[in-house]
Amino acid sequence: MLRDITIDYEKITAKNTPKECMISSGHRACQGCGEILAMGMVTKAAGKDIIVANATGCMEIVTSPFPQTAWKLPWLHVAFENAGAVGSGIEAAIKVLHRQGKIKKKPHVICFAGDGATADIGLQSLSGAMERGHDMLYICYDNGAYMNTGTQRSGATPFGASTTTSPAGSSVPGKMQHRKDITRIMAAHNIPYVAQASPSHHLDLMRKIQKAMSISGPKFINILSPCHRGWRSKSDDAIALSRLAVNTCYWPLFEMENGKTRLTHTPKEKLPLKDFLRPQGRFAHLFRPENEWIIEQSQTQIDADWVALQDKGAAGAALE
Amino acid sequence: MLKKRVGIEVSLAVAEAVKQARAQVISAYPITPQTHIVEELSTYVANGELDAEFIPVESEHSAMSAAVGAAAAGARVYTATSSQGLALMHEILFIASAQRLPIVMTVANRSLSGPISIWNDHSDIMAERDIGWVQLFVEDGQEATELTIAAFKIAEDHRVLLPVAVNMDGFILTHMIEPVIFPAQATVDKFLPPYKPALKLDPAKPVTMGPVGVPEVYLEAKKQCEQALLDSKAVVAEVLAEAGKTFERKYNLIETNGKKKAKTLFVTMGSLGESVWSAVEGLNEDGEDVGQVRIRLWRPFPVQEFKKACKGAKRLIVIDRAMSPGSVCGPVAQELKTIFYKDKDAPEIVNVIAGLGGRDVPVADFKEMYRLAKKGKLAKTYTLWGVDSNA
Repeated sequence: MLRDITIDYEKITAKNTPKECMISSGHRACQGCGEILAMGMVTKAAGKDIIVANATGCMEIVTSPFPQTAWKLPWLHVAFENAGAVGSGIEAAIKVLHRQGKIKKKPHVICFAGDGATADIGLQSLSGAMERGHDMLYICYDNGAYMNTGTQRSGATPFGASTTTSPAGSSVPGKMQHRKDITRIMAAHNIPYVAQASPSHHLDLMRKIQKAMSISGPKFINILSPCHRGWRSKSDDAIALSRLAVNTCYWPLFEMENGKTRLTHTPKEKLPLKDFLRPQGRFAHLFRPENEWIIEQSQTQIDADWVALQDKGAAGAALE
Repeated sequence: MLKKRVGIEVSLAVAEAVKQARAQVISAYPITPQTHIVEELSTYVANGELDAEFIPVESEHSAMSAAVGAAAAGARVYTATSSQGLALMHEILFIASAQRLPIVMTVANRSLSGPISIWNDHSDIMAERDIGWVQLFVEDGQEATELTIAAFKIAEDHRVLLPVAVNMDGFILTHMIEPVIFPAQATVDKFLPPYKPALKLDPAKPVTMGPVGVPEVYLEAKKQCEQALLDSKAVVAEVLAEAGKTFERKYNLIETNGKKKAKTLFVTMGSLGESVWSAVEGLNEDGEDVGQVRIRLWRPFPVQEFKKACKGAKRLIVIDRAMSPGSVCGPVAQELKTIFYKDKDAPEIVNVIAGLGGRDVPVADFKEMYRLAKKGKLAKTYTLWGVDSNA
């Protein structure tokens, strides 16, 4: 499934940032939503020759209340757990229709899904699509819980976070399991391109979209998506928080192209995880003395992961 | 007109029909007894005999999801499943019809677990009565072949634009080797021109498919879908008539056999109809006043056509191949009791649930059912044939 051709493109910089967002204003996302912000960046970089398959979730609901739509792209929503399969069907149709001369151009397929729709309920559908090698880009918006239904825990919820189904109680201090690392699970599928991005580093994010679009085969990008409702943070801190996530190495920015890992951003000063946790109400209980071990354990894990990632990056090795 | 008559397993005949229909995307997951159909189709694709994309999905849920995506993108789409596979598709079946996507699916009817059973009955499709699809039942290999082709024409008609399920009994029909006459490719091409979607996913003309239905629009959306299904009856009748003409046979929504204007009528769906037909012939030879009505179109249910076929009958012996646990009788009998409710000349409806999980129902058993019904010895609710003591 390795790329056979490289499509040349002009790399996005601060000077030539694409302006046209394919999601119009007037959508119903919360004020300060980090997810729709990232989605807008994706559509700016991806251009117009796109067909979107969107899983059920916040982004589906806020952009498509009939008879209104925020989408300037052809868009299909089917269900929660099947964006990978729906995208597979669209891609297969494009292939055969193009081969038979029924359509002139071959649009790109982009699947959008949240972390629940990706790492939990939709994992099988996504894994199947990646294994079959469909030419499509799957984007996960990771806000770390089922935010659309009211912040229930997902497999991607970080260790210790308080959610409505992993509440910080007097005997259980929040989610007692570590986050499912869906990016690494996708890397283990040996697909040609896997990356992690953050809306705080918008040029990096858009370049990753550009690169993914230039590669044939299945691609996966996991984008951190701050949700102030679920994270219990201020509504104007989506960018600040996602920057802290990057600079604490909670959310390192990297890409893995044809099995070679490359860090796309190294923090000038690696900040303590506490800096990322403190502004978020979902972690407030971790700052009580009896729960500090959770922060310590998380910090240890992040440090180890960061060292391993740097080693892989330096060696140009695979992520696993 | 070039035609070929061959002895062929019905599953392979269905695959040939899908090839003749020039399906463009096939997404399927294997499940007994559907496997031979999709194995054959994947072979056609591998050998370049069919220019299609075969998506070997990782589950039936994804089979239907990929079918929805492919149909929305404007391709002619086929899938096939059975039993647990159909049950796993459940969620997406409603969405396929609500999005008005003309997917054609063969259902190789099989019982539902538990206990797990790979053998035939209608439990799988009866659990999916309300999915909003056109639902046909076929009885033999010839019909399976021709109605598979006709199903695309029905589904893709712009007056319909709904998915169509072609039900055929697992093993009893799918694995039977029968003589089948295939139409010439040119005949099929003339009967079934290329699919022209009314709307599709196209960057040059973007549309939003599958939006949120707020309370102010949900009801109207559901009504439109049901109306489309109800209105499809006329198109189904029209296409079946044209199929009959094209393939030199006769296809009606409801078929009748045996003595005309008989007092007692067997009602069947699917391959048991052939055994009943043999029983009715034998009974007629013995001078018994009995006939048979076969339901070919199950959804939308052809109420007028069914009533017309039953005109003058005093008793219907309705054969169900599924239970409706906790209800009063099997699903087909429920339907018929409903449509005759308060009719002045409504026939008595007795219900026999037979052949579940592949249990054999020989011709002699139908003759016995007739004799018991005549004596009034069949239960007023239903008789589970072979288990209930009164039978």
